[in-house]
Parts: sequence; structure tokens; C-alpha cells
Amino acid sequence: MELEKISYDNKIVKAFIIATVTFGLVGMSVGLLAAIQLFYPIANFDLQYTSFGRIRPLHTNAIIFAFVGNAMFVGVYYSMQRLLKTRMFSDLLSWVHFWGWQLIILAAAISLPLGMTSSKEYAELEWPIDIAITIIWVVFGWNMIGTILKRREKHMYVAIWFYIATFVTVAVLHIVNSFAIPVTLFKSYSWYAGVQDALVQWWYGHNAVAFFLTTPFLGLMYYFLPKAANRPVYSYRLSIVHFWSLIFIYIWAGPHHLLYTALPDWAQSLGVVFSIMLIAPSWGGMLNGLLTLRGAWDRVREDPVLKFMVVAVTAYGMATLEGPLLSLKSVNAIAHFTDWIIAHVHVGGLGWNGFLTFGMLYWIIPRMWGTKLYSTKLANLHFWIGTLGIMFYALPLYIAGVVQSLMWKEFTADGFLQYQNFLETTTQILPMYMLRAVGGGLYLTGVIIMTYNLIKTAYAGKFVANEEAEVAPMVKTASSGGHWHHVLERKPIMFTVLALVAILIGGAIEMVPTFLIKSNVPTIASVKPYTPLELHGRDIYIREGCVGCHSQMVRPFRSEVQRYDPTNGEYSKAGEYVYDHPFLWGSKRTGPDLQRVGAKYADSWHYRHMLTPGDVSNGSIMPAYPWLYEQLIDKELTPKMIAALRTVGVPYEEGYEEVANNELDKQAARISENLSMEGYEVVKEAEIVALIAYLQRLGTDIKADKVAEK
Amino acid sequence: MYKDILRDIDNIAIWPTISFVIFFLFFLILIWWVLKADKSFITKMSNQPFEDGINPERNRALNSNEL
Repeated sequence: MELEKISYDNKIVKAFIIATVTFGLVGMSVGLLAAIQLFYPIANFDLQYTSFGRIRPLHTNAIIFAFVGNAMFVGVYYSMQRLLKTRMFSDLLSWVHFWGWQLIILAAAISLPLGMTSSKEYAELEWPIDIAITIIWVVFGWNMIGTILKRREKHMYVAIWFYIATFVTVAVLHIVNSFAIPVTLFKSYSWYAGVQDALVQWWYGHNAVAFFLTTPFLGLMYYFLPKAANRPVYSYRLSIVHFWSLIFIYIWAGPHHLLYTALPDWAQSLGVVFSIMLIAPSWGGMLNGLLTLRGAWDRVREDPVLKFMVVAVTAYGMATLEGPLLSLKSVNAIAHFTDWIIAHVHVGGLGWNGFLTFGMLYWIIPRMWGTKLYSTKLANLHFWIGTLGIMFYALPLYIAGVVQSLMWKEFTADGFLQYQNFLETTTQILPMYMLRAVGGGLYLTGVIIMTYNLIKTAYAGKFVANEEAEVAPMVKTASSGGHWHHVLERKPIMFTVLALVAILIGGAIEMVPTFLIKSNVPTIASVKPYTPLELHGRDIYIREGCVGCHSQMVRPFRSEVQRYDPTNGEYSKAGEYVYDHPFLWGSKRTGPDLQRVGAKYADSWHYRHMLTPGDVSNGSIMPAYPWLYEQLIDKELTPKMIAALRTVGVPYEEGYEEVANNELDKQAARISENLSMEGYEVVKEAEIVALIAYLQRLGTDIKADKVAEK
Repeated sequence: MYKDILRDIDNIAIWPTISFVIFFLFFLILIWWVLKADKSFITKMSNQPFEDGINPERNRALNSNEL
């Protein structure tokens, strides 16, 4: 049979490698800054662009979409061409994808510090960027499916299946979760409200972890681990079962992020059951990876590539056992809202994604530049310093999480909270925060060493832009028979559709009933839409990323009810959030819950607290917000805000836009007079006035209900 | 409006059960297929990462780091 001469495109892989390393360094540095801010608030620099609330989403977005995203594309573009024995479908599409993705990252790097955020975790970017992501993702998928269609290999290797599932599912997740009504070019409100918004967001958030951080990297594992070990995967049979069970089960587990919240109980239970089931496919995949090295363990001792990969796969195993355990309600009651979760995600992020990326880069770069790795010693140093970094990162936060949670729940013999002041539980764990920053610093040092090593390697070799290969053309056989799964692997479009169906089933079943059955969100008559001034305040709360440290979800525990609502004893109800576009339940309590903070303190307390938190609450690590006292709210936006919210279902009366600013002025004047009486002079349009209005409203509707009942 | 239309669907609660049964059957058939799959096919598939058409000499040199 005549062999065809073709070439694989290494140039696009090189571009994604440069982006991966660059954004890895940037994203981790920003993470280190955020870690330092948590015990050394001066590092917020009293600047709005660098305060923790805006830096945290910058870190998470940079790591997830810029570092891990680009690393995924490195592996996909490298392996897919070779597995399918063809160059990419279109070089042009490859480059549109590359530059489009980098421009999106640039847009994120500018807009997040400016406070343009939807506040939904890992989906913070505003609507024009969301549209750009959709377009570029389609370009990526188009190029990928095109490549699969022109392949010279009859059957698709399992890694390709994982890439297909990634493409399809991320597209669905992104589009469904990003539904929003634009107010301006840089501001929008989520289409969904309250409980529904929370459910959609965590269906997205959980599956972003599954299908952006896990499935593509499993594809990479199934390609690069056998390549590095120079032996085929342990069990190809297991990989098939791994794939289908993982993609089907993962999609159901999202509600485990919302245990003990106002989400209906049946949805919570569904999330728990599927989370536990997830152990099976996850560990099947992990064992398949580790057992690939059977008989090659001696090489693990010498080869840094294999070392990184072994720790990566082990970290994957640990994180995917820990995840289901955290989904048990009893464990979740302790771990949720604490640093335990931060430790958990970093075992996955630093261990699984980071180390697999490093292993892949150390393997790929000598091959693409036709040379040996510059220094195996430095790579080994990177390995050890990185591993130590993960330990120093995770262990202190496990301790911090458990300690803080137990302090929240501690009662005295007389039945009072032992630690009534939330701040005590935070200052207690500050030494752990310092150790965590040391861990992060070590990890980052390792990456700097790697960068040096890789650059030296590249300079020592000569870049092979187009790698020549000789391949047999695909023989088109007339017979289409064979077993059904054989047939499936030959038909990429059908395969894609089936994968789509598998993930849609879980998503639809979780969400459809919550959206459709009225009894899932019981309404509370006394809960009313926000006033115009409160809306402005809420937008400021969103802009400053307050949700990064403060939850708005009092769980039905005696310890929480007593801490946050001692007079009325009310935990949070689904009906309280029906006008919250977006929901602001939060996922971490570095500061106390704010759902019942309304009317708890005087306006002047908030005024002083936002300006100098450390003076009002001694030892507070909250950043100061001096700019809120100088910047004014934009009243011209009020009518647009009202109209947008009405479109998504908030019952503002027709024509309310015209009178909204009058009401706003009245409410603002009341607050600024209150402040003036206590000696604080501030213009009534100042942002702080709006923020105080919002904070004072929080959780008061349900109190009004109580009063009405009496 | 779309909410009201869908809300009227009878027995929407049975949907999860039906979907789960579908998946479970798919899973059983998958296991059955995987167990009885042709060994030569499985071997061929698991060797795919090593058959990229790149000159075997070069591949060997790359893999043994002799370059």
C-alpha cells in the first residue's frame, strides 16, 4: 500500500505552550498575592483594582481558562493530529482559535480588576466576553470535528472521546449558565433568580471542573502517559467503561455544592447519590493510569516526566475520593464554607492539572525541538519543590478548615456560642494562611525553574515546525457491519450526539423540575423587590466581589441560626431569593454570613467599617474600601436596571422607571442624614450610601413577615 | 409562559427514573460488549498512540532520549 507523506503542525502547539507557561506564571503569582492579602491586608494596597474581591476571580480565571485551558490545547493539538494521522483540519482555524482565546484572556485580565463581573464563580466574565468565548469555542470544535472527519485511522482512540465530550459539554454549560439580560455593555443580570440561579451555577461550576479540568486531562493522560512510559495503557477495556460512566454520572452531581441550602431536598439527595457513584469511574481511570506503569516503576525513579505524571494521577485519585466524601451531608456540614474546600480544589489544581501539564511539557518540548532536556536535575528539583509546595498548601488549609468550622459550631455549657465574634475564628487560623502562602510560593518557584529549564532546552535544539510522517491512507471498506460500539467509534458525529445526550439527561432532570414545579420555590408574601438605591448597592457588592468572602445563606443548623439570626431564629428560605438576579449565596466564609445583617448595625457602623475595617473590628483582615466614599453612583442607569430586571421577571410596575430615581434620592437622603447626625458627612450619591442601603435591607423582609404574623 | 406549558406535563417526576433506567441498560450492554470485545481489536486500539507514522528511527531516538 502506498504511504502518504504528511506533516503535523507543531507551530500551533508551540504557541499554546508559550501561552500556557506565561499564564501559569501570571495566574500563580496573582494567586500568591491573594493568599498574602488574607493575612496581610495591606497587600490590598487600598486600591480598588487590587483588592481581594477582584483579585480572587482574576486568579481563578487565569488558572482555569488561561493556564489549564492553554495546556489542554497544547495536548489536544499535539495528540489529536498523531492519533488521527492527519494534520489539523485547518491551520487558519487553529490560529483563529489561538489568538481568539488569548484575546479573551486579555479581556478578562482587564475587565475583572475593573470590577466587571457577573459574580457567578468561574463564569464571572461579562456578556460580550461570554459571546466571544462561545464563538471561539465553536471554532475549536469545528477544527476538531473537521480533523476527526478527515482522519486516516478508522477508529478513534479513547483520548479523542474525552476531547469530544469536553467540547460538547463545555459548550452546553457555558451557554446555559451565561444567559443574562444586558443592562449596559459591561453589566448584565443573570436570567435566573435565587435558587434556580444557584442550581444552574453549580451545575455549571461542578461540571466546569468535570469537563474543563478533568475530561480533557484524562484524554491527555490516556495519550501522554503511555507515550512517556513507552507502553500501552493498562486496560483499554477499562478506559471505555471509564469514559461512558464518567461523563454520564458527573453531570448529575452539581447540587452537592448546595447541601443544607435552600435548594429543594430531593435535588440535594440526587447530588449526593451521584457524587458517591462517581468514585467508581474516577478510581477506575486513576488505576488505569497508574497500572500503565506496571513493570516500569524503575523508570519512575529516574524520569522526571513519569514522576510528575504519577503524582498527577495520584492527586486525581485523592481529589476524586475526597470530593464524594465531601458530598456526604454530615461531612459537608463541617467542610462547606471553610478552607477545606480551598485545599480540596488545590490538590486537584496543583496536583492533577499542574503536574500533568508539567510532565507533558517536559516530555513534549525536547521532542518538538529535537533535543534532550537541558537539565534533568533541575526538573527533579522542580518535582520535589512542587510536591512540597502542594503539601504546604493543602495541609495547613485542611487544619484551618476543620478548626474554623468547629469553632463556628462550639457551644458553651450554658448553650451560648463559645465564639460569638466571628472574627475570633478567622484570626485563629491566620498562621495557617501564612503557611499556605509558603506552599504557594514554593510551587511557583518550581514553575519558574521549569520555565528556565524549558527555555534552555528550546535554545539548545532546533524547532521542528512541521513534523514529517508517512501514513497509510484510510481504506474505505464497503462493509459497515461490526459490533455496535465499533460502528460508534467510526462515526464521530453520532458519537458526539450520544455524548451530548448523555450529559443533557442529567442536566435536564436536575433543572427542569426546579424551574417548573411551583412547590420547589415556596413564595413568601413579605419578600419584595429591591429599591432602586438597594439595587445600586447590590451592584457595588457584586463589583467588589464581596461574595468571595461572605455567604448569604444561613444553613438550618442551631449554630448558624443562633449566630446570624438569634432574635427570630430563621435560617434561609428559598422564597427569600426570588428577586436575586444573580444569587449571591457564596461558597466561602472568610467573613461572616450576611443574609441577616440588615438592621443589625447602625448605618454609621457600616460607614466606619468599610473605611477602616481594622479599627472597627480589631484584627479584621477585610480590605478597606476608601473609593466608595468618593465615587458616585450613576443614576442614569437606574431606569435601565429596572427595565432589565422586569424583563427577567421582577414585578416592578410599568412606568416605575420614571419615579425610580425620586425614590432613590429620598432613601439616599435618609441614610446620609442618619450619617450626618452621627458626624459623618457624605454626599447622598456616594457609592457607600447605596451599599449601606443594600446591606441594611438584607434579610429584613422575612423579619417583616414575623412582625405581620404577630 | 414556557414554564406554564411544561408545568402541566403529567408525572414529570417519572422522567428521572426513566432516564436512569436508560443509562443503566446502556451501561450493562456496554460492560457486556467490553468483556466480549475482540482481543486483537483492543490490542490494536491501545497501541494507537505509538503508530503516528513518524519515522520509527526518529521515534526510537526520541523515546530513548538519544538525540
